[in-house]
Order: sequence, then structure tokens, then C-alpha cells
Amino acid sequence: MSEFINFYFIPGLILGSIYALGAIGITLTFGILRFANFAHGETMTLGVYFTWTLIQFCLHTLGLEMSNWFIILILMPISMLFCVVVVLALDRGFYKPLRESPTIMLVIASFGLMLMVRSAIQFFWGPQLKTVLPGIQLPMVFFDTIRIAPKHIWIILSAIVLIALIHYVLTYTKIGKAMRAMSDSQELARLTGINTERVVQATWVMGAALACAAGVFLAVDTQVETMMGFSLLLPMFAAAILGGVGRPYGAMAGGLIIGLAEELSSYHWIGDGALLNPGYKQGIAFTVMIIMLLWRPSGLFKGKVF
Amino acid sequence: MSLDLAYGLSLYGVSLLTMGGLYALLTLGLNAQWGFAGLFNAGIAGFFGIGAYTSAFLTTAPTMRHIGGYDMPYVVGIAAAMLVAGIIAYLVGKVCLRLRSDYLAIATIGISEIFRLIVNNEIDTTNGARGVSEIPKPFEHWPEPYNQIAFLVLVLLAVLIVYVLLEVARKSPWGRVMTAIRENETSAKAAGKNIETFRMEGFVIGCMIMALGGALMSQYLKFFNPAAIDPLTATFLVWVMLIVGGGGNNRGAILGAFLMWIVWSMTELLTSWLPSQWETPWFTLNDLATRASYLRIFLIGLLLQVFIQRFPQGILRERRPSFSGD
Repeated sequence: MSEFINFYFIPGLILGSIYALGAIGITLTFGILRFANFAHGETMTLGVYFTWTLIQFCLHTLGLEMSNWFIILILMPISMLFCVVVVLALDRGFYKPLRESPTIMLVIASFGLMLMVRSAIQFFWGPQLKTVLPGIQLPMVFFDTIRIAPKHIWIILSAIVLIALIHYVLTYTKIGKAMRAMSDSQELARLTGINTERVVQATWVMGAALACAAGVFLAVDTQVETMMGFSLLLPMFAAAILGGVGRPYGAMAGGLIIGLAEELSSYHWIGDGALLNPGYKQGIAFTVMIIMLLWRPSGLFKGKVF
Repeated sequence: MSLDLAYGLSLYGVSLLTMGGLYALLTLGLNAQWGFAGLFNAGIAGFFGIGAYTSAFLTTAPTMRHIGGYDMPYVVGIAAAMLVAGIIAYLVGKVCLRLRSDYLAIATIGISEIFRLIVNNEIDTTNGARGVSEIPKPFEHWPEPYNQIAFLVLVLLAVLIVYVLLEVARKSPWGRVMTAIRENETSAKAAGKNIETFRMEGFVIGCMIMALGGALMSQYLKFFNPAAIDPLTATFLVWVMLIVGGGGNNRGAILGAFLMWIVWSMTELLTSWLPSQWETPWFTLNDLATRASYLRIFLIGLLLQVFIQRFPQGILRERRPSFSGD
């Protein structure tokens, strides 16, 4: 039992929260700007590299002595801000000119941006692996059996805080309500006098900030590499479709389900071996997505179907 | 210019044209999907890879490294490659084509990544990352320059055949319905056309042409491994070729393929000549050649963006067939 919780359930929860945060951005751009944003994974990678650079700067150039968690907590909002600025600039330069074109042109533009942003990252930072947090951490033990690494506790707590924050913005603020309205029906939203251009910008801001956070959590959990965002793209799309396109809460649920399913699939449910070769974890997300498209394209939370 | 240099340069020219021709097949396949039916296939690499592996398994000599090794003729390999890709395309189309094009884009990039996962993981079946080697190549036993030239002629012949068939299709009533669906789905539906069937035909035909390109590519390179199923060189580059050449125009697709392949390989030559280090008074740049290769991808991406914003028609714009048949 403890093996199940320590090596399958908790990693699944971590991965699920990362997917959930990333999928919110995907589902909002899909619902509000009406296109599947292939460059979203690269926003994550960008956030990770910004954070990594800031950490290096603080620790080595400024010589600050700070605990690892504290430093990430302070620096992550700064790199979120950088990400937001970059994404808003990309919107101005590459998406806005195509707003009147068929939306498929936006998909092509985002596909191109995916490779442009990635190659820019590779150009500036090089393709070598890096780590955000050096050193090995001893896991904390609860009830004598459950062992959780401090970084995992930190990731789960931060994810909960962020999700509470999104919930507040979407439910109680004017711009959040406008975002949900526009995701429900663009025409009705416009008729009620919602400033659609501001909603579009708010969507990018929220998506970029959350993508940055998700990326940093993944980097804390694993390593920093230039393909990390791309490897999350398919699970995030699957999470958005599973939850229902345009439904932020659906995306959170979808992310958690897919993260858990990916990790739990390699547990030895039957017999001794892993149920599914861990090499095929990524296939789970794809399978879930295909099943949803066949069975219920509107997703669990009755999202939109284009 | 010495004779050796001229000989070397013309051999380089032959290989440039062969690769350009192979890419032209991929671009023509994409044109049947994007240019004709308005479908976004983000997983060209997958169908290209499926074609390459299918043909390679059937045509190689008996071996223990991977499945297959049936020593079959090239034609069988190519036909099987197209058939398998067509079946997989049909299944993907069944799931996605009733939804908007975005879903097809997500599903096709998914197929392509899953296929890469499978060939990497199933080492007993595919020899994993080490790939399939010693793939027989047509005319390889001919004397040196002639075998290369003969293969080039074969590739160009394939491009010509696909081009002629696609042109016939485009000018036929079938092609006109395709345009109608792409331009105005609702009115095409109102005219009683079964949109899903037409889209499916465009999608399957396109994927089969991509598999043909993949099969010939594996024969040309004599070696194929999962690294070749790369979203960058096999999917993205093909998109840039079609958008630059002119979506919807088969001649534009061929032009774009050759043009962009030449640009792509010439810039590769340029970056390989860069020094490994560049020192300025303020900072030092290491690995200049590696970095420049990323810059190259960035610039190609920028070119795509410029074209879709400023010249969405591409170099050769689409021409509508008239009722009398052009």
C-alpha cells in the first residue's frame, strides 16, 4: 500500500497538478481565441529558463544566501511577469494580425511559434540539461509509511494556492466573469458590451502565468531541458478536451485525471509486472483524448465543440 | 574549375534535387489535405515514418534485428506503405473529421508522437533507436554516378505522376466540390455534398502520398531510425514549403519544396563553416555552429509567419479551374 502511495499516487498527483495548471491556458485560448495553441508548451519552457537564469543570477552573481524554496517563491512571480510580457508581444506580432482570418491560420501561426520560441531558447541557453535545485532532499515521513519529498509538498501547496487564486479571479472579478462569458458565447458577450480585446489579453496573461508556474514545478520535480514544454503539449490538449473545451475547471479535473492515469498505469495491478510499459505513459493521454472525441467531444464538463 | 570539383558539385546537385523531389512528394500530399480540403495535418512526420518503416520491413533481406526482412520487391514495399498509411489515416479521419480542423491537428501530432514512441520502445520489432539499416535501394548496383542519377529520375518520375494525378483530380468535379467545401462549408452542404466523405478522401490520399515519400526516402537513405520522424524536419519544413510555394497550387507545392530544401541545405552549409567560438570584449559565445543551427530554424519560422500574414497565397497563387476544364 505504501509503495502504491509513494511511487504511483503521489507522483500522479504532482504530474496531474502540473497538467492541470497548463491545461487551463490551453482551454481558455481554445474557448476564447478559438484555436488550439501549439506554442503553449513553449511558454512553459520559457518560464523555466527565465526562472533558472534568475536563480543563477541571485545565487552566483549577487551571492545571496537563501533557502531554495524561498528563492523560487520570490523569483517565480518575476519570471511569470517576463512570460506574460513575451506572450503579449507574440500576440501583438503574430496572432493579432490574423484575428480576422480563418482560425486555422492561428493554429498554423502557433505551430510556427512553437518552433521559433524553442529554437530561440536553444539559441540563448544551449541544449544542455540543467537543474533548478541542486542536491538531493530526504523525503519527509508521515505515519511511518508515507514518504513525500519536500519539493512535492511544495508543488502541491503552490498548485492549490494558484488554483484558489484562479477560482477567485474567474468567479468574483469583472474580467474573470467576462472571460467565462466570452468562452460561453462570443456574440452574446460582445452584445453585452464586453471589451473583447481586453478579455483576449487577460486570457494570454492568465495562460502565460500559469504555464510558467506549471513549467517551474516540472523543472523542480525533474530537470530543465528545452523539450520539456513540448512533452507536456499532448497531455495538456487531452486534459482540455477531457474537461471540455473552454471550461477552466474541467481542464483542472482533466489534468489531474490524466496525470494520475499516466502514473497509475505502470502500477502492477495484475501480476508482478507493470500494467503498461512506462515508456508508453504518453500514450495514455492520447488514448483518453481519442476516446473522448469519439464518445463525447464536449468533454466531462459540457464544453464547446467546434 | 578542376574536373574533380565539377564532378563533386554535380553529385551534390543530384542529391539536392533528389531530396527536393522527396520533399515535393510530402508537400504534394499536404496540398491534397490543406490546399484542397483545408485540413491541418500536424503529424506529417508520422505518416512519412509509417511509410518508411512499412516499406523498409518488407524490402530488407532476412534479419534478426527487426521484424520483416521479406526481401520483397520495391513496388510491393511502396504499395504496402501507402496502404498502411491510408488505413491509419482513415481511422484518424473517422475520429476527427466531423469536428473542426483543430482537433485533427492535435490528433495527427498525437499519432506522430505515439508512432515515434512505439518505434523507440519496441526494440524487438523495430530495432529501437538504432533503426533499420541496409534497406535496399533501387539501382544501387549500377556504377557510381549512374545509380544516383537513376534514383533521381525515379523520384522525379514519382513527383510527376503524383502531380498529374492531383491536377486531374483538382480539375474534376471532385476537385471543385473540395474547393466549395473549403470556401463555404454550409453552402456546399446545402448543395447536397457529403462533406465528411470528401474531406476523408482528401485526407487519406494526402497521407498515402506522404507514405510514398517516406518509402522512397528510406530507400534513398538506406537507413531509417526514429530520429527521422522529427516534427521539425518532417512536419514543419513541409508546411513552410507549401505555404511559401502556394497552398492549393500543385506547381507551387513542388516549387516550394525544391526552393526551401535548397535554402535549408545551403544555410546548413553556411552554419557548418562558422568558427566554434566568437569572442567580443563583453562576452564570449561558445558552440557557435550549434547555436546558428537554432537561429536557422528561428528564421525559417519567421519566414512562415511573414508569408501567412503578408502573402497568404504563396509564390504561385491558387488557380481555379473553369468549367470548360482550364
